[in-house]
Amino acid sequence: MSEAPLLELRDLRVTYTGPDGTARAVDGVDLVVGAGETVGLVGESGCGKSVTALAILRLVEPDGHVGLGSSVRLEGRDLLALPLKELRHVRGNHVALIFQEPGAALNPVLTVGAQIAETVREHQKVSKSDAWARTVEMLTLVGIPEPEVRARHYAHQLSGGMRQRVLIAMALACKPRLLIADEPTTALDVTIQAEILELLADLQRRLGMAVLLITHNLGVVAGHTRRTAVMYAGQIVEEATTGELFARPAHPYTEGLLAAVPRLGERRERLAAIPGQVPPATAWPTGCRFHPRCPYAWDKCRGEMPPLLDLAPGHKARCWLVQEPVRRTERGPGRTAAPPHGT
Amino acid sequence: MNGAGRDPAANAPLLEVTGLRVHFTRRTGFFGARRETVRAVDGVSLAVGRRDTLGLVGESGCGKTTLARAVLRLIEPTAGDVRFDGTNVLGLAPRPMRAMRRRMQIVFQDPWTSLNPRMTIGAAVREGLEIHRLAAGAEADRRVRQLLEEVGLPDDAVRRYPHEFSGGQRQRAGIARALAVKPDLIVCDEPVSALDVSVQAQILNLFADLQARRGLSYLFISHDLAVVRHLAPRVAVMYLGKIVEEGPVERILVSPRHPYTQALLSAVPVPDPETKRPRIVLAGDPPSPANPPPGCPFHPRCPHPGVDARCRSEPPSLRAFGEAAAACHKAES
Repeated sequence: MSEAPLLELRDLRVTYTGPDGTARAVDGVDLVVGAGETVGLVGESGCGKSVTALAILRLVEPDGHVGLGSSVRLEGRDLLALPLKELRHVRGNHVALIFQEPGAALNPVLTVGAQIAETVREHQKVSKSDAWARTVEMLTLVGIPEPEVRARHYAHQLSGGMRQRVLIAMALACKPRLLIADEPTTALDVTIQAEILELLADLQRRLGMAVLLITHNLGVVAGHTRRTAVMYAGQIVEEATTGELFARPAHPYTEGLLAAVPRLGERRERLAAIPGQVPPATAWPTGCRFHPRCPYAWDKCRGEMPPLLDLAPGHKARCWLVQEPVRRTERGPGRTAAPPHGT
Repeated sequence: MNGAGRDPAANAPLLEVTGLRVHFTRRTGFFGARRETVRAVDGVSLAVGRRDTLGLVGESGCGKTTLARAVLRLIEPTAGDVRFDGTNVLGLAPRPMRAMRRRMQIVFQDPWTSLNPRMTIGAAVREGLEIHRLAAGAEADRRVRQLLEEVGLPDDAVRRYPHEFSGGQRQRAGIARALAVKPDLIVCDEPVSALDVSVQAQILNLFADLQARRGLSYLFISHDLAVVRHLAPRVAVMYLGKIVEEGPVERILVSPRHPYTQALLSAVPVPDPETKRPRIVLAGDPPSPANPPPGCPFHPRCPHPGVDARCRSEPPSLRAFGEAAAACHKAES
């Protein structure tokens, strides 16, 4: 990469202070998204994925506090240092965000078309009629039938899949360079989920836009991202190209997430579940944060936090097993990764 | 299954639903001048065996939740027959119906709204015991602790409130509440759809363990065939108020006959970036049950190349293909 990547997070830290102490929701995340690239960010609820997304656009303030040493660079510009007025220009114009709940993100008393047109006029100097034309164009782009009619409908008149399409249309109305999609399909039926993922992939190709796809389901990432980062307890614990991650998952957490995906291909009496749950962000475990749930953990894991260790070019994992792979075969009987090919 | 030689009724299914219809009338138009009928459930027949699980699969709006509620008489069906352990549930007077409800429980999708936020987990689980006079006082306390342990909740959950728990733990509490009254059947209405995949797996395993230990029967409802297949030996696929395909799960997964089932299957995400499965794209949204299309309800979206005049005019009935059945004019054995 000769020039600056589209998005570059360095040592991103976000803390929240509450009655239970200080929650280190995001705790030193490095992440790079290249222009036009699709990157997956995967982990369970409470791992800090959404807070990472919000922090990129400085939407965690004032409750959350972004660390002093953190940097969020978009095409080389430090968003954390940007005056609010310029930041507003970046939001929507350069980076757009879509959320899980398409119902909650739309205004119930405005037609969906009016909301998209408002977004366009908020961010770009265009006439009302041009904004409306752009609105209809965007609704057409996201595959809404009869866009002129639908533009005059209210959110409650649309199905969940349609609402998510409207939100995507709104997010894309100003042709952003980066779309952050935070669990865009989680509230939807599987058929609609597949349609929305295909729509995102298609738009990404056609508009040359980069996508950061955030999800708890590794199955969603599989066909739709080039690289994937796995997040646990506020940290990136593994990162690789998506193919490599699925073929050779190195972190036991990634292995667990992979094994938990319900599959059509094989009937298993028991699904492989990761025991326990994500600890509260106010009390991350010492040493490796995953050690209380890890089938391979030994003394070193309890005492010393592993750094992100290199396994192969572009493949990193925050796990001492990278240095002592022999322990994987000694322990964790019966816990094998999914076969890399076929079902 | 193993009731041979005993009571002949032991071989009959625990729950038998025949020709069930739930129609709602709603007023539309200017000041509600027009009435229209929504056929949420339109002639559904299914059976759940003892210690068995039937999976019910379909998308939002297909009527699966209405069906679940009608089976428990939380909604009064318009027509049809529901038999539970040989008893006609729809004909029961309020008092025997209450006794019957003890035997058929429900677990809801949303663990965030199905528990009373002002009631401790202990009180929520205890409530059923008291309503049905199964236990009181110290005995009830003991039973509540046992139930919480059985579903994998910590001891101190008794005194804690729903907001202190994660989604998966709340769903465990919802399951403990259903189990408290020792039901024979639990209707599970999308119980894992709101959960992370890792937690989903834990809850599905819990359902399987409870079934093995307590001999429960489940009517397990989900929009995801991959989830259903882990629990249910048989599945029924629902579309627009009707069952369009039914049969052994392996059969349906390997050779689905109805084009809708084929499309549903092709939409399940494959956790393998190397696999490129062709996906069957369905045009548009499901039509409204207030105004279902004539003929086959699926014909306006059907990807089958041979959709013809018959599909557009004559509603297909479920035809048997070995152990399975499909409602499609074009289905071939």
